[in-house]
Amino acid sequence: MLKMNHVSKLFNPGTVDEKIALMGVNLHLKPGDFVTVIGSNGAGKSTLMNIISGVMKPDAGEVSIDGSSIGHLPEHRRSRWIGRVFQDPMAGTAPNMTIEENLAMAYRRGSSRGFQIGVTSSKRKLFKEELQRLGIGLENRLRAKVGMLSGGERQALSLLMATFTKPQILLLDEHTAALDPARAELITKLTNEIVSDLNLTTLMVTHNMEQAIRLGNRLIMMDKGRIILDVNEERKKDLTVEQLLGEFENISGHKLSDDRIMLG
Amino acid sequence: MINFLSNLDGPVELGLLYALMALGVYITFRILDFPDLTVDGSFTTGGAIAAVLITNGVNPWVSTLAAFGGGMLAGVCTGLLHTKGKINGLLSGIIMMIALYSINMRILGKPLISLSGEETLFSSIDAIWVMAVIVIAGKLLLDAFFRTDLGLSLRATGDNHRMIRSFGVNTDVTKILGLSLSNGLVALSGAVVAQHSSFADISSGIGMIVIGLASVIIGEAVLGNGSIFRTTLAVVLGSIIYRIVVAVAYEIDWLETSDLKLITAIIVIIALVVPTIRRSMKQRSMARKRSAELLTGNQGKGGAA
Ligand SMILES: Nc1ncnc2c1ncn2[C@@H]1O[C@H](COP(=O)(O)OP(=O)(O)O)[C@@H](O)[C@H]1O
Ligand SMILES: [Mg+2]
Repeated sequence: MLKMNHVSKLFNPGTVDEKIALMGVNLHLKPGDFVTVIGSNGAGKSTLMNIISGVMKPDAGEVSIDGSSIGHLPEHRRSRWIGRVFQDPMAGTAPNMTIEENLAMAYRRGSSRGFQIGVTSSKRKLFKEELQRLGIGLENRLRAKVGMLSGGERQALSLLMATFTKPQILLLDEHTAALDPARAELITKLTNEIVSDLNLTTLMVTHNMEQAIRLGNRLIMMDKGRIILDVNEERKKDLTVEQLLGEFENISGHKLSDDRIMLG
Repeated sequence: MINFLSNLDGPVELGLLYALMALGVYITFRILDFPDLTVDGSFTTGGAIAAVLITNGVNPWVSTLAAFGGGMLAGVCTGLLHTKGKINGLLSGIIMMIALYSINMRILGKPLISLSGEETLFSSIDAIWVMAVIVIAGKLLLDAFFRTDLGLSLRATGDNHRMIRSFGVNTDVTKILGLSLSNGLVALSGAVVAQHSSFADISSGIGMIVIGLASVIIGEAVLGNGSIFRTTLAVVLGSIIYRIVVAVAYEIDWLETSDLKLITAIIVIIALVVPTIRRSMKQRSMARKRSAELLTGNQGKGGAA
């Protein structure tokens, strides 16, 4: 499925501000893998996502999907395979457009866009059904502008928009971090449902340790641009938050630092 | 004054002639969120192309369409400067505006071409009716376009370019498309204005961008901005109201014709500043109300304890 080989990325190379964002990262995902990603601030998690989606180009290394290299493709040509939800609820939707218009744009993911009508009655029916799945009543507000929705509602809509066309890979970058605990829990539950219903290959960055252990079939831990721990399904089952933190300290030699880290 | 009110035909007609330009400015300024100054040049380009073709015996409808095409080309150039050349948006427009001055001069061959006695769009039918049909058709076509998949991605490019890229849209292409559509409309307006006034003049586009902005802003103030249908209607209406304001200003004795640009600039300034002031005043009064509420709420609790 997704393969990253020896991927490195530096910011401001050769200056005093040089930052190692990724250093020789190898990551292979199998179809249907649901991988949770944890790590301290600045570990390179977002950079990893940005390199997979093509927002940034790696300085070295290879990225391929299904055996064909995608390293040379710009972001808009990769989006056929890749669905994303960002941390900022404002980032994933167009606020001055309606819910149905947003969904219509997501519906055309990766295909060419011409003079066909964006929202037809048959699509509207499909959108209603899909929105019902979220269970927060958005199906009755198809013509509301997305800017009127709350952060949680927008994030639920972003999640639906990123997934309902069944992308090959789903990238979630702390997509519940900006929400209050109740909303975050709702989005987490929806994420789990959608990912397992559609069997999406998923990479999810989270700062919630408990969630990282509970969700998915694999867990990776990053520090200073490297993947320092890769936990498979078997071991993940019996893992506790304390063990995970201990493991991090053992390998990295320092405490997991992130003001927003939640233990459970 | 009464005499003036009974004769609104003139301002309405002018408003319709310039409404196409205002719709063009609306596309860049509001939809793409791109302040495009190409307008001052491409308006003249439209007038120049139409005038030269008409004086050479080309059918006025064909000439007007050619002007639209010329404007689109100018928009494409601005778009390329901005997206491929990575030049700041404002600067891209200014560069094109300056470049177009020379190009317009080349097209015209002299600073002014007269169209008197030539067959124009308005030779056989009253201009106000021809323009009403053109503007309504243009507005409805634009509305329809903004509901297509391509139109949606153009709107999203201005609204949240990061999001629409993540769904596979090349925002460079949509920006170029929007700029070309916008400048096409502006040039179209230049072409009909030239035919209406019976001349095309090298300096006719000067200050157009501000007039376009004023129309967009006045329209929004009057009709608000809801759906696309309503907003494009507001822009057309804004263009007409602007011409009424101008006509009123002409009636006032102590105003000079050349004061018009200053008045327009003041309209735009008021329209840009008032919403900001209103917003911050609303926020302040809200904050005052909330803190008063919290204060009395706390006192209430304190008293009970
Ligand atoms: N656009 C950028 N310019 C300069 N440095 C950056 C940029 N993006 C990220 N970095 C740096 O790269 C490192 C990794 O950042 P990031 O991938 O955002 O980490 P994480 O998401 O794990 O918190 C950090 O040191 C960060 O400061
Ligand atoms: Mg991050």
